[in-house]
Amino acid sequence: MSMSSLALIVLVIGAGYFYLAQRAVLLLRSTGQHRLHSLPHYYGYWAAAVAVLPALLLLLILSIADDIVFKIMVRDFYPPDQQNLDSVSEAIVLAKIMNVVKGIQFGSPDAWVIAAGEAWIQWTETSRQLISVIVIGVSLLGGLFAYRKVSPEFRSRNAVERIILWVLGLSSTVAILTTIGIVLSVLFESIRFFKLVPPTEFIFGLTWNPQFEGAERAGSGQMGLATYGMVPLFVGTLLISVVALTVAVPVGLFAAIYLAEYANNTVRGVVKPLLEILAGVPTVVYGFFAALTVAPLVRGAGESIGLTVASESAMAAGLVMGVMIIPFVSSLSDDVINAVPQSLRDAAYGLGSTKSETVRQVILPAALPGIVAAVILAVSRAIGETMIVVMAAGLAANLSFNPLDAVTTVTSQIVTILVGDQEFESAKTLAAFALALMLIIITLGLNFFALQIVKKYREQYD
Amino acid sequence: MTNLTAGALSPKEAIDRVAATLRRRRSAEFRFRFWGQAAIGLALGFLVLLFGAIFSNGIPGLFQHYVVLDVELNKQRLDPQGDMSVNSLYAGDAEALIREGLLAALDNPTGRSNTRAARGIISSGSAQRLVDFVYANPDLMGQTVPVKFALDDDIDSFLRGFIDRNTPEADRRINDTVIQFVDKLMASERVSYEVSDYLFFGSASRDAEMAGIRGAFIGSILTLFICVLISFPLGVATAVYLEEIAPKNRFTEIIEININNLAAVPSVVFGIMGLAVFIVLFGMPRSIPLVGGIVLALMTLPTIIISSRAAIRSVPPSIRDAALGVGASKMQTIFHHVIPLAMPGMLTGTIIGMAQALGETAPLLMIGMVAFIVDVPGGVMDPGTVLPVQIFMWADFAERMFVQKTSAAIIVLLAFLIVMNASAIWLRKKLERRW
Repeated sequence: MSMSSLALIVLVIGAGYFYLAQRAVLLLRSTGQHRLHSLPHYYGYWAAAVAVLPALLLLLILSIADDIVFKIMVRDFYPPDQQNLDSVSEAIVLAKIMNVVKGIQFGSPDAWVIAAGEAWIQWTETSRQLISVIVIGVSLLGGLFAYRKVSPEFRSRNAVERIILWVLGLSSTVAILTTIGIVLSVLFESIRFFKLVPPTEFIFGLTWNPQFEGAERAGSGQMGLATYGMVPLFVGTLLISVVALTVAVPVGLFAAIYLAEYANNTVRGVVKPLLEILAGVPTVVYGFFAALTVAPLVRGAGESIGLTVASESAMAAGLVMGVMIIPFVSSLSDDVINAVPQSLRDAAYGLGSTKSETVRQVILPAALPGIVAAVILAVSRAIGETMIVVMAAGLAANLSFNPLDAVTTVTSQIVTILVGDQEFESAKTLAAFALALMLIIITLGLNFFALQIVKKYREQYD
Repeated sequence: MTNLTAGALSPKEAIDRVAATLRRRRSAEFRFRFWGQAAIGLALGFLVLLFGAIFSNGIPGLFQHYVVLDVELNKQRLDPQGDMSVNSLYAGDAEALIREGLLAALDNPTGRSNTRAARGIISSGSAQRLVDFVYANPDLMGQTVPVKFALDDDIDSFLRGFIDRNTPEADRRINDTVIQFVDKLMASERVSYEVSDYLFFGSASRDAEMAGIRGAFIGSILTLFICVLISFPLGVATAVYLEEIAPKNRFTEIIEININNLAAVPSVVFGIMGLAVFIVLFGMPRSIPLVGGIVLALMTLPTIIISSRAAIRSVPPSIRDAALGVGASKMQTIFHHVIPLAMPGMLTGTIIGMAQALGETAPLLMIGMVAFIVDVPGGVMDPGTVLPVQIFMWADFAERMFVQKTSAAIIVLLAFLIVMNASAIWLRKKLERRW
């Protein structure tokens, strides 16, 4: 039985117990001899919750666990010479077995591989039946247990509320589980990567040339050595971010100042939502725009004044990324500027300063920590941005500080390595996880830093 | 200014001194104001350029050229088994019938190069189209009826003026014979320019004239469905727990820090987590909307939690006190009063989170939703793709017509987003109460 139909059956069982339990207490009440502790439907909810929740949880765990268990069980089929495989060859062997399971014929597999595949098919069948029996059984028994406990004195409301409390509490741990999932998945693969490539080489290496093992270096006729030095990627990321911030910070900041201090309500009411639109446009659209419109424009402009511009220049990607970040900078700065109390402005005006003098000498200094934090958050956004650089910045890992060159970034390398079919065990694939680790460390570090700045330097005016 | 008497100016001196600087200060004021206006002008200019580029390519991309041919719906040749089944129709010779209709429209040119040129004029999906047409209109069998076919994408771009007939024949994608034929079709008014049905009802294809977004659109809806199914209950439950129930202790502090950190993690990292956890560890299939939806749900969870918490916080304490005062339990207060009153705010946050998820591409690339899939996904376990990923894939195709197709798909995506955001704004205006 499929997972969804099983879940449906469990829900139907739950509904049945709801009806039974509620009817039971209603009958008791109608005799007039009993006073119920709780409202009748709480008895129903209690029975339904005990019938449904553990069963669904079990269903989820069992369906996830069965594949993992099979992978361990299938080891018994390996011939003696393949008993102690490293993870690389194990993945290859598993892939062979899975081909048999899916009925894909790829040459003639070894007899033991076919046997393992057939056993696997057997197991899936058995486990499916087993899971169905267990889940339905748990649901029925749980419901029965709850139903037996129903009596007028039973404090069903308290019991239901306790269950709800647990459900709510468990839901809130999903955020923690996600973080753990992210950290562990990235960390484990990174550690395996650092076993193949020493961390110092990765962090300080000046050439990025990832290749699958044994691949021939293009055109040279010799087997190339893959090199994993992340410096060019980070320089590229930084270069594009710098271009982006040169656009976004002045434009965003001046727009925020104008909207907060100069514009009347009508202008604000029109311009603010328009700027928000820039934030709502999907990044893939920006990427398309960068590759289609901005890159040729930049190239044309550069060539008309005699500069050589790469067709996928850092400039084009950076400019468009800057446009994307403008609303981010402007709305954060706007909040900060509006938080500066009116009394400071009034005092400056009272001393005879003009509006621009007030802004420059009073408001901006007062708002500076917030603005710096906004800029740092914008940097972290720019570093983590993916689609624009994938579509517009190219893949050439040049170590260059010239924004007119083609560079590549951390995120675009991650995407390039992991999109499509990958050998999960090669250093090249693992390198993507190591890059992701660096990306997480840097973005979270920047966010932490921004938070600290706000905490430390914020003026409390009240 | 410590010594007022020594440095003091007479009122006249003071006025003169201020007056001397006034010109400079006024022009500084004017410049500052100008920079503000320039910044806003620049930002809006970018917006106009962005939408201009998308719409100028995308509006024509919503249309394409069709040709109407008189096709003899010969029963024997179209339906060799005679039972009108799909199998029989596909075994039939629809292609030859279309070719005959086309040649007739071109006054029956002879010679192999001529027939080959003629064959290239209409889309390679025309036979399929005729089969579908016959299947839908079985009563027309045996008659000669006008049927509309798409023109090949090269002809389409020629008719749009992207291929210049004055360039030497060797440099053109279409030769003189073809141009001559197309002119003949134009002269006989068989060619029409209308809203592209392939764009909206076609599926992924490498031929620009047949490529459509139907599969991606349905994939997007399935993915969003899973996403909202997971993230809305989880987000609301977390928000309720943190705002109403949880004691302020170490544990809840960790949860809060976690949520803020998750909001800052780049989206591509969620994709990596999805790949490592759901696909490699849990053994779920690649490219399916289920995994995509789960990954996007985890990604949008912080947005929904943060906005739901704000909505719960905006419910005044007097409501809770009143409910508790008439004897409601804590949970009854929450479920009967706080959540219903905070619901508009929670829904608004959820819609905004969904809009974010709808436009997201990078995490879905990681879990393989980038595969070339022709079938329309029938459920959350079928491999599929989504609109932004379809846009990403089309953006990679070199043909001129795909630029327009991509822009047209972007227009559809933006329209989808605008509807979602507008409904969020409407919901907020309509239902939100100020206390």
